[in-house]
Amino acid sequence: MPTLDQLLTGQRGEIETLAGDPALVQRLYEIGLLEGESVEVLGFAPLGDPVEIRVGNTRLSLRKQEAVAVSVRLL
Amino acid sequence: MPAAKITVALVGNPNAGKSTLFNALSGLRQHVGNYPGVTVEMKKGRFTHLGTEFELIDLPGTYSLAPRSPDEMVAVDLLLGRRPEEHRPDVILSIVDASNLDRHLYLTTQLMELGVPVVVAVNMVDVAESQGMRIDAAALARQLGVRVVPIQANRGVGLDTLRDALKTATGDKAPVGGPKLPDAVEEEVGVLGAELRGEVPPFLARRLLLDVGGQTEEWLVGRHGTPLRRRLDEARSRLAAVGSAVPAVEARTRYSWIKAATRDAVARPSVRPVTWTDRIDRFLTHRVWGTLVFLAVMFLIFQTIFVGAEYLMEPIEGAFAALGDAAKEALPPGPVRGLIVDGVINGVGGVLVFLPQILLLFLFIAILEDCGYMARAAFVMDRLMSRCGLSGKSFIPLLSSVACAVPGVMAARVIENRRDRLATILVAPLMSCSARLPVYALLIGAFLTEGFAWWVPGATLFGMYLIGFVVAPVVALVLKRTLLRGGTPLFVMELPAYKRPSLRAVLRRMADAGWAFVRRAGTLILASMVVVWALLYFPHTDSQGRPYEELVVAAESQGDAEANHVRGEWKRQSYLGRAGKALEPVFEPLGWDWRVGMAALASFPAREVVVGTLGIIYDQGDEAEEESLRGAIREQWAGDPVRSRYPVAVALSIMVFFALCCQCASTLAVIRRETRSWAWPAFTFTYMTALAYVGAWATFQLGRVLTDLVS
Repeated sequence: MPTLDQLLTGQRGEIETLAGDPALVQRLYEIGLLEGESVEVLGFAPLGDPVEIRVGNTRLSLRKQEAVAVSVRLL
Repeated sequence: MPAAKITVALVGNPNAGKSTLFNALSGLRQHVGNYPGVTVEMKKGRFTHLGTEFELIDLPGTYSLAPRSPDEMVAVDLLLGRRPEEHRPDVILSIVDASNLDRHLYLTTQLMELGVPVVVAVNMVDVAESQGMRIDAAALARQLGVRVVPIQANRGVGLDTLRDALKTATGDKAPVGGPKLPDAVEEEVGVLGAELRGEVPPFLARRLLLDVGGQTEEWLVGRHGTPLRRRLDEARSRLAAVGSAVPAVEARTRYSWIKAATRDAVARPSVRPVTWTDRIDRFLTHRVWGTLVFLAVMFLIFQTIFVGAEYLMEPIEGAFAALGDAAKEALPPGPVRGLIVDGVINGVGGVLVFLPQILLLFLFIAILEDCGYMARAAFVMDRLMSRCGLSGKSFIPLLSSVACAVPGVMAARVIENRRDRLATILVAPLMSCSARLPVYALLIGAFLTEGFAWWVPGATLFGMYLIGFVVAPVVALVLKRTLLRGGTPLFVMELPAYKRPSLRAVLRRMADAGWAFVRRAGTLILASMVVVWALLYFPHTDSQGRPYEELVVAAESQGDAEANHVRGEWKRQSYLGRAGKALEPVFEPLGWDWRVGMAALASFPAREVVVGTLGIIYDQGDEAEEESLRGAIREQWAGDPVRSRYPVAVALSIMVFFALCCQCASTLAVIRRETRSWAWPAFTFTYMTALAYVGAWATFQLGRVLTDLVS
């Protein structure tokens, strides 16, 4: 199962699990990255990191090391 | 009898429009609240509505009430009425962004559990409507069980209704209908609460269980030790076993409740429309175009504060010089005149001269933050800054510091993470600011131009700037690994929707920054200027008891050269001059004589005075032409064994010292203001002085060896 940092620009996925640093996972949950939500990778910063994603109406910037916490099923 | 004052706490996510609403409600009646132990600024405002007096507390923006830092804990304690300096709020005002309603209501559902009436202000309803959303406020209020008021804070729409709601809400009961966590969770909360014997309210017992590694856990486990730790771990494993693992269980419970509550009250378009933000963002975060726009914006900021501010600074300097001359004419010679002209007028001018840079930088910061670009700039630069343990948000403060560290340190307010913010503030003064330029120009002109290849002066100047660019990230990295060590902070950052910046908000930010600087840092800067003036003024009579001021006047009749000689003699025998001579052994390993040492000492409050001080010490007067001063220094050095043999090594040693040293009372005063502590400016001063001394020593010693090798 790919993690969010492995997706390419424009790819979408459905969140399967969140795992990692408890504080990070809690923040991601709070901000609406729940299991079953769909996320889209909007692009990467010019130096390749962080990644910009959209979940619902919210755009987020995640460092790749944080995006690893989110496992997705490709849509 | 007038009605009692109503205390309202304003809470919302970042980007909900909280500051806009705060300013719109309280207008000019606001001040910074004093909360010991809080590093972020919390403002308080007042307003009156239909005869009722309101006090509004602006809490820092947050996504949730799960405290993860001491600052966030203070905010939660304040809402629970657990802070000694503040009443428990009578009403909580929860501001949410209409376009991101579900996500913002997450925080609202937590606020509904505090046992205080809640009023929800749904902000930017116009933007949501333009995206095809329809929010039925009455239906939403019924579903949530709290008052709901649609507003447009930036246009002042709906504010009177909101004020009415705040007033009537004081008679409401605390909301009861919010999301209910599964019974298994509430049972564990009950057990933990009993364990703590009611030491904390149920809200904090719940946070203790739900926030793994959170501030509540750290605090309570710190107090109660291993037994509580074990209970907590057991409770969490039991919950995981029954499918209610923390922290997922809280988010699932709240979001599913919110989904149900908004189902009928909010009409959403079936297909998400392509917004302006989508179109602009595709461009501004693009690999090529995004980088180019970023560089252009940064260049514009830099150019404006570096060059543009000059046009505003010159009249200020001119006005204070004229004022000083007028005072000089009006007052009889003596210590009082000296104090007023060279101490106070010069000092006040020295404070106000920073204002153009501060105002211009905050003009940009306010526009960039308000329109949503600031988060993109941090996004673009994050990778580079993460190499030195910082984040993209540190870039603008550090870049600004290349013009001047004072606005740079203030710009670090945009960094929410406390440790990152401190690290940025502490290394900002290492960036080569514009006040160092005259020192470089003087010494490069005197010792590294004639007889050198055409590229040597430019390369030396570049090298001096490079010192800051290299040393600052290294120091930041060291700080993040030692003094400011801690868990990796979260860099999850929202990239808010673009919007047109509001003129009022921008002006407000500028005025706040300027006022904060003048009021809180100004007095300190002024005081340090007066101290150095006194050290250079006294003793003000020569060995025969004749006042130097009269001797200067007498010498002026014999020409400028004679007058400059007397002025030089006066300053050389002043307390500061004596200190320079006494400290000569300290300066010797750097290749300096006491004259250079004295000039460096005199420059500690403000490095820009060094050229004037050198002018006086070398008998050229304080407004010496650079050319004549260069000549005088070269001439004096030529008759000296060390400096005639190693002039380049000595000149470089002085430049390196100025590059690394924190010779700026304004910077230290502003660090004191921004960190609300004397410890950090003291630390900055100490580490930079040590670094400067070692750097200058190494430069001179290396230069000396190389010179000997070559010759």
